[in-house]
Order: sequence, then C-alpha cells, then structure tokens
Amino acid sequence: MQTSDKPSRILVIGGGFSGLTTAVDAAESGAEVIIVEKNAYLGGRVAQLNKYFPKMCPPVCGLEINFRRIKTNPNVTFHTMAEVTSIAGEPGNYDVTIQVHPRMVNSKCTACNACAEVCPATRSNDFNFGMDTTKAAYLPFNQAFPQHYVIDTKACKKDCGTPCKDACTYGAIDLDMKPETLTLKVNSIVVTTGWNPYDADKIETLGSGKVPNVISNMQMERLAAVNGPTGGAINRPSDGKPVQKIAFVQCAGSRDENHLAFCSYICCMASLKQTLYVREQNPEAEVSIFYIDMRTPGRYEKFLNQIQADQKVTFIKGKVAKIERAKGGDVTVTAEDMLTGDKVEKTFDMVVLATGMEPAGMSHQIPGVNYVEGFAASAAGVYAAGCGRNPMDVSKSAQDATSAALKAIQAGKGR
Amino acid sequence: MEKKLALYICKGCSIGDAIKTEKMENLAKNKYKCAIAKTSDALCGEDGLAMIKADIAAEGVNTLVLAACSGRVKYEEFDFPGCIVERVPVRELAVWTQEKSDAQLAFEDYVQMGIIKAQKGDMPEPYLMETVKDILVIGGGISGMNAALQAAEAGSKVVLVEKEAALGGFVSKLYKKIPTALPYKEPLIVDAEIEPTIKAVESNANIKVFKSAKVEKIEGQPGAFDVTITANGGSEQVRIGAIILAAGWKPYDASKLGHLGYGKYKNVVTQVELEEIARKGGITRPSDGKPAKKVAFIQCAGQRDANHLPYCSAMCCVTSLKQAKYVRQDPEAVAMILYKDIRTPGRLEYYYKEAQNDPGVMLTKAEVSGVTEGPDGNLFVEMTDSLLGSAVKLEADLVVLATGMVPATADDPVLNLQYRQGPGLPDLELFNGFADSNFICFQYETRRTGVYAAGAVRQPMNMSEAQEDATGAALKAIQSAEHVATGMAVHPRAWDLTYPDPMMTRCTSCKRCTEECPFGAIDEDEKGTPYFKPGRCRRCGTCMGACPERIVSFKDFHVDMIGSMMKACSVPDDEDEPRILVVCCENDAYPAIDTAALQKTKIDPAVRFVTLRCLGSMNLVWLADSFSRGVDGMLLMGCKFGENYQCHFAKGSELANYRLGKVQETLDRLQLESDRVKMVEVAIDEYGKVPQMIADFVEKIKDIGPNPFKGM
Repeated sequence: MQTSDKPSRILVIGGGFSGLTTAVDAAESGAEVIIVEKNAYLGGRVAQLNKYFPKMCPPVCGLEINFRRIKTNPNVTFHTMAEVTSIAGEPGNYDVTIQVHPRMVNSKCTACNACAEVCPATRSNDFNFGMDTTKAAYLPFNQAFPQHYVIDTKACKKDCGTPCKDACTYGAIDLDMKPETLTLKVNSIVVTTGWNPYDADKIETLGSGKVPNVISNMQMERLAAVNGPTGGAINRPSDGKPVQKIAFVQCAGSRDENHLAFCSYICCMASLKQTLYVREQNPEAEVSIFYIDMRTPGRYEKFLNQIQADQKVTFIKGKVAKIERAKGGDVTVTAEDMLTGDKVEKTFDMVVLATGMEPAGMSHQIPGVNYVEGFAASAAGVYAAGCGRNPMDVSKSAQDATSAALKAIQAGKGR
Repeated sequence: MEKKLALYICKGCSIGDAIKTEKMENLAKNKYKCAIAKTSDALCGEDGLAMIKADIAAEGVNTLVLAACSGRVKYEEFDFPGCIVERVPVRELAVWTQEKSDAQLAFEDYVQMGIIKAQKGDMPEPYLMETVKDILVIGGGISGMNAALQAAEAGSKVVLVEKEAALGGFVSKLYKKIPTALPYKEPLIVDAEIEPTIKAVESNANIKVFKSAKVEKIEGQPGAFDVTITANGGSEQVRIGAIILAAGWKPYDASKLGHLGYGKYKNVVTQVELEEIARKGGITRPSDGKPAKKVAFIQCAGQRDANHLPYCSAMCCVTSLKQAKYVRQDPEAVAMILYKDIRTPGRLEYYYKEAQNDPGVMLTKAEVSGVTEGPDGNLFVEMTDSLLGSAVKLEADLVVLATGMVPATADDPVLNLQYRQGPGLPDLELFNGFADSNFICFQYETRRTGVYAAGAVRQPMNMSEAQEDATGAALKAIQSAEHVATGMAVHPRAWDLTYPDPMMTRCTSCKRCTEECPFGAIDEDEKGTPYFKPGRCRRCGTCMGACPERIVSFKDFHVDMIGSMMKACSVPDDEDEPRILVVCCENDAYPAIDTAALQKTKIDPAVRFVTLRCLGSMNLVWLADSFSRGVDGMLLMGCKFGENYQCHFAKGSELANYRLGKVQETLDRLQLESDRVKMVEVAIDEYGKVPQMIADFVEKIKDIGPNPFKGM
C-alpha cells in the first residue's frame, strides 16, 4: 500500500489493547510505529482483567499474540513509563516531545528476581488497586511485558545501602537514571489513552471508601485473578471471609448527571461475568444484581440468558438509594424495586459497585489532542480510538483501533 | 544454506549453579558436530553477545543454539540476522522448575533436543506467486461503500458488487439517522450523507461498481482470487487480492409475529416500514391515511426471544427513540415505547435522556403478550410486568414493531467460494449466522483467509458503527494482500515466512488434510489428490498433524524434526523414574509453563516439554515412536476447545483431541494402556494449575507402571 518510498510513521499514545492493535495492524501494513505507554508495561487496563466476557477467556492470551507480533516486527518500537508532553505541527508532519521517567532498571534485567529478594522496602501495589504490596523493586505482574523489573524510588528506604544493586549480577540496576526527553517526527498520531475507573468515593450514597467490603468492579477483577492479592479467592477485604452473599450495584456513577452522564457500556456484561466468577468458585453463593436496564447488546444476550438461568442469581430492577455498614462487616443495600414499587433492603457479605469508565481525557489532556467533554476526538492527522474516545468493550476497541490504523496510514501516505 | 552449528550455554540466572557444562560441550562438538561449544556467565550481556557476534564473523557459524532463557524474553539481544537461532529455555525448564538433583539430566535432554531442532531446520523461504492487491467489496450499503472509499483512499483498486440496482442499501430507505455527536438531540436527514457517499463511490476512478450484480463464484486464493461477477445477463471475471464481505442484513420476517398483529392488522408496521411512511411526510396510518396520534413501539419484537431471534439487534432501541421524534413532529401526537431494557450504550444515553425529557414520549418496561384490533382500526397492546401495572391494555392507533436484523449470511453463503470445504464461512451457527470472529481480541478474523467481514453482516450494529467497522475491514484486506505478496502469513502468525510444502509423490489421497484444515486451504484436483493453496494457509500445521504419511513439512517445522527431538530425550532405565513427554502449544500452554517457571514453581522431573505451533500439528507417529522406545506417558496440552474455543487456529486443539480418539489402535498394537496418553486443556493464565496437572498425570503413570518397552 505504501506507494511512496517512505513508510508512514505513526505515533500511538497508549499501549493498552487499542494502542497495541493499532500498532501491530499499522506495522503489519508497512507503517513504522512508535508506542508511548505511561505504565511500566504494555497491555493497559486489560492486563488487570481476570477474564473477558462472554468467553471467560484470559486477556493475556490475546496480549501474548500481540506481544509476539511486536517482538517479531522491526517496524514497532515502544517506550514504557513515558508520556507525551507536546505535539506541534500539522497532519503529515508532527514534532512530538516525550518524557521518559526513570525505571532505574535497564534492559540488562533478566527478571531473575534477585533485586526483589533483597529489597527491604515495600510499596502499595497499584496493579492490585492497593489491596496488597510489592517490594520497592518489583515486576508489575508475573506476565508483564517487557519482563523487566522497576524500582519505585519513592518507596525506597533512603538508607538501605542499595542491596538491590549488589544483588544484580547483570548491571541492570541504575539508581542514578534520570528522566529523559525524546523528540520524534511522525506523520500521524493515534490517541488510545483508554480509561480510568470512576472514583466511586465521589458517590455519597454508595458507601465507597466509607463502608468496609464495598469494592469496585475493577477491584473485583483483581480479587478473582490468580495473580491478584488473594491468589484468586473471592474473599472480602475486611476479614478474608469467603463471599457467600454478594450484590452488584449497576450504574455506580454512570447514567448519572452528577457523575458520568453516559452509559459506560461494559458494566452490565462485567457484572454478569463477575457473577460467574463467584458462582463458579462457590456453588452455594447467592448473587443479587441491582440494575436500571440490563444492557447486553447484540449477541451478548446469550450471556445474559446464561446468568438468568441460574437460580442463585436475582435481578432487581431499581436504582440503589443507599449502602450502609451492617453488623460484622456485612453491608446493607437499600433500593426500590421499580416493578413492584416495594422497598428492598438486603444484607450482603460484600458489595461490588459497577463503577463506570472515565475517559483518560477527563483527568489528563495531552496538549495538541482534541477533546470533547473529556473524550478524545479524531481530527485530521490525530485520530482517537478505543475507550478514550467512547465507552466500549475490548472487541469494539480492537475494531476501532484497526479502523484508526488505516486512517493514520492514509494521513501519512505520500508525505 | 550450508549450516555451521554453534552451541552457547549461559551460566547466568543460577543455571551455572545447577548444571555442569563440560559434558554437553563435548557432546556438542563430537556427537553433534557443532563447530563451537562455549559458555558465558551471562550470554545476554555485552561480553556474551560480543562472543557470539565474533564467532559469526570469524568462524562463519550461522546456526546458533542458545541454551539460556525462554525465547519469550531477551528477543532483542538474541537477534542475529541471517542466522538460524534456536532458543533452548534451560533456565526455565531445567533449572527454575527443577530441583538441583534433576537439573543436569533435564539440561542435557533439552540442549540435545535444541541441537537436533537446529540441525533439522532450515531458513524460511517465502512462497512467492504472482499476486494482485485489488480489493473486492461485496455489498454497496453504508458498510460496503465506506470500505471501498477507505481502501481507495489508501491507494487500493476496488471492485464493488451490489445486488440492487442502486447503491445505498438500507440506509437509503431511512428518513433520518440517529445523531452521532454531541449534543445527541436531533436526528439527522440521511440523504444529506448517503447521496454524497454514493456519488463519491461512483465517481472514484479507483472503484469499479457493479450494480444489480452477484458474486457467482470465487476461486483461487488470497492475492489471486478469481471472482466471477454476473450482472445484466453477462458475466465477468476479475482477479482480486482480498475480499471485504459487507453484504448487510435484512429485517426479521415480521409475518412470523402474528401474535403482535403483523399481517393481520394494517396498522401494525415494522420500524423499516415506518421509515418509508416518514419519508413521505408525516406519520400516518396505513388503514385510512389518518395522522397517527398515539403510536406504540414494541421493542424486541421477535428478538431476545428463543422462538425467534435469540439475540438483541443493538440498534432498535435507539431507532425507536428516533422514530418517536418523527411522531412528535406533530405536537399533538404521543409515542409510547414498550421495552424490555432500553439499550443506549455510551453517549447514546443522552439521546435516551432527550426522549425521557419529552412529556410526549412515554417509556415503560413491559412484556408485551399480544396485540388486538378495535372496530375503528385502533389497536390494543396487551402487556404484563410493566411499570404501569401487572396487566395493562394500551390503546394505540399505530403499532410499530422493532423487528431485528438477520445477517445476509444466515441463509446464503454469499461468497460462493469454490472451496472443497464449501461455499461460505464455516460454523456461523456459533454466531447466529453472523460472519463474526470468535476472537474478542481479533475482530475481523474469519476462517477464510483474505476474507474480512464488515458492518451488520458481522455483528448487529448501527450505521455509524458500521462506518468505523468498514474502515477496519479495509485495513485488514489491504494488509492481507500485502502479506501474501511477500509470502508472509497473516494473523495469528503474521511474521511467518514458512509454508507447508508437501512431498506429493508420497500422498495417498486419504484427504485427511483437506478435511481437517481449519481454513479450507487445501482443495482436491479431479483425481481427488490434495492441492495446497498456500495463500489461504495460516501455518498452523494441522495438515502436518493429520497426515498419516508424514509428508507435510515447513522449513523450520516438520514431523521428522519433532520426532527426532523426542528420540533425543533420555528414557531412564530405572523403573521408578518414568519419562513423560508433554507436547504443548507454544501460544498458551507454553507461556503458562514459562510463567510457572518465573515463579520458580517446581515441576515433576519426569516430564520433558516439546512445543508445537499448535496442538493441531500433533502427528500420531510421535506417540507410536515414543511409546515404542519406552516413554511411559504422553501428555498433550492444548487450548480450550468447544463453543468458546481459544485455539488461535480455531480447530487445532479440537482436532488433536479428535485424533487422540484414534490412537487406541496404536496403543492396542503395542499392548499398552490407553491411559498412558491424555489431553488437557490449558489456558495461558493457568500456570498455577499446570504443575498439579502434571503431578496428577505422573501419579497415574506410576500407577500403571513402567512401559514394557523400556530398555528394549
């Protein structure tokens, strides 16, 4: 397709599933692609997911293929722990500045774990939403790519004598590593900066941050994951009790003009999926789902039917009015059943808030990218794809990202 | 290429603490004729890499066996252009997963297997044929037109085939479309978009349009499809590189919805029919042409219903909200939307909100049980479980049924492929007839290489989603044509330059390969002899696994190579030390094992792992040969199969399991117990379970006892 001699050079901002898809699809069509990712690893939000709905398959499976496509394709390069600080120029010709934060570990790292073994300091594990800790020298998670450790110097003990450096026989640890500024010339840009879970603490009535054992759906993903804080056991945080009675509260922040006015698309399917996590782990467990509308569009209906057929799962159409602390770490949910008009008050071991998707642009905007109400919007030369553009699931992100790859190639063509 | 072998053993990452290298170095030089056998304290370090590079330059070694870490890491360091590089993961398989006492033997086995693999493998040489890169688009609706325009914009030549006399498809039947941008309040006149799009397609010099036309047949393979198009009584053949299937949808047959009054009462219409009414100006009722003042919309009419369409069509809720706006153009009129759930994902929620704020639009959840007619043509909608009460009868002067989408592929192959495995895409019943992908991560993948579906034929979707979808399909089609032109595979081995090269003189025309190929890549000639079409091939090696004559080979992967590796593996004479070969898929099972190793999880020392491109390439001869030399058990690890299969090649693991059903004959001949071979499904995140799966199998083999062929 490259009719001019020079291939298109494309910058992809964000190395989550959308960004990886854009990158490999563009590179496999002959473009040269540079990925800039703010985390220490590629994979973004999906790396934190335990399974995908509706197939209940592990996200790392698809990531692994995409990583292999990156490893085997010289047209793709990437920078982790990096952020775009400025974009100047016009379609076909952009100058981009990138800030690379120091990892303190260079590519000589063999992931042998010697540094972590001797590290005396710990840090809250953001990958697991603070539900456990890692050493200050850590691998973000066991299947992280690139498989290089990171040293969180903010968590370091200042007077530890740097045993990590001594333990590393490969010279991979460089505690004097400084931030780096890179400049790049590209023809077009794809913004795939993804999303953050909406901060449920902002929703006064739902108990998040106040009532123990009220967690978010993303925390639930980590709880159910074999590389999560409990090794995959769905136990409630306050006392580690295996969960018997659990509630899912839909639209926690979504479809609410005081919070996120839009529908976050994925939360209904996510709660159905998490219902399966609970039910597969504990045949006695009872699940209640409080919802306004069950939104399982297209062929996801089958997934809804599957869960509806489970006698231990109750669906209650009604918006939850309040969530409160009950005895012994339990949680009480009060709602109105819209079909019967009755007030419902039920007590659970744990409550999962189906918190919505806040596009990355709501908290951080990249200079030079177009945003509308926090959503990145496509413009000539700079295209948006994935959840940073619109709420969507992984399959739609993949589709959207492939589409963006072609637009980016077209914009760079013949220049 | 004249191969010159070199073995490099890394002693880093505690390999050096667990194993002694001298014996292996000598073996490499003397038994395996390696020109060089060396060690390094850290092969991936500057000194180690410099040593290898110096040997390449000075000694001319070009086939490198690196006994170090897994090929999943350090891929940048161990990249030596022009050389065959065989990575032997002794760090993971011989050291991190083994007790020190078992490490040495495991190391020697794996290194010897690696040397044999390197000896038996060759540099890939791509399959090159004369190809074209032109794109065929089937369907001239919004998806097809956009696919054509986007591909043309990227420089491709496009042939577009539309069955109707005019382009535009369903969209041209619409009055207005749903808003696609903020503030998501007012619907937009469709003609303002569709007419310029039609003009753009018809005036584009790179797009050739066939109208009132049909794809009669498609022969050949990606890069060289021969497509016969019939139009206006004549037929024409064009050569095509890749295909976009954008054949669209039709509305579900509303005559099957007699209980909702369709076909019985004139004033019951479908959403599609309401668009036609609206285009004429004003919402009137068919029975008497009077303006409709109370319009009831019945959502999910024949949808989300096991007796009709089990799925949701994803666009009807928002279509009814749009049509309620048509009704409300008359301020006196009211619209009543009776729904199961209102589904307005994303920012379409704002459009729902807009309707909720209109007092003339009534929305209620309801299970509609039937529609009856009054004497004046008015209708009564009977419903239960509504927000208005448990049994309610609602009067309306017009009822609109939100009937769903039926994909064009539900009852017509459309493509008319002249493939041995049939004219359409296989197994579409998994997707209710949609030409969809079974992969969440890889949306456009069909099981016919070079064919990508777009728009409502792929999934239920609305118009703006279809436009995005078409752009993505255009990219995949272009990419596929590019890859075929260079002899490179497409997804999921989009780097692979090898291809299946059967030694046809030994073929017995048993046709197992033609039947089993998940991608229909192998046809048969007039005599019934298999005929490989490498352009269609995804390089899974299923044909190689299927072939009883073992004649299918890839340059770097063949039956003799894997068989010889297995033969190089030690079989301890001691009856208490079983030897078990674990044959595993390199895509999911192996990374799971790698992850277990990273966590230093110990794995039973009885096992040796052999990885395959896909378990579908597992040839039964390996089992027969291994058992006859005393191997005690064979454990196969493949991806999950069945309805929600995870096999990257769709059918590979399932076919391996199927073949295993036939292995009984071999075991009977050897008078061995059938439990000596077992297949397990392993997902990439099941690294926690793998050691136990292995331990359980080893236990079972110990119960059965040693293989009587041991030591013979």
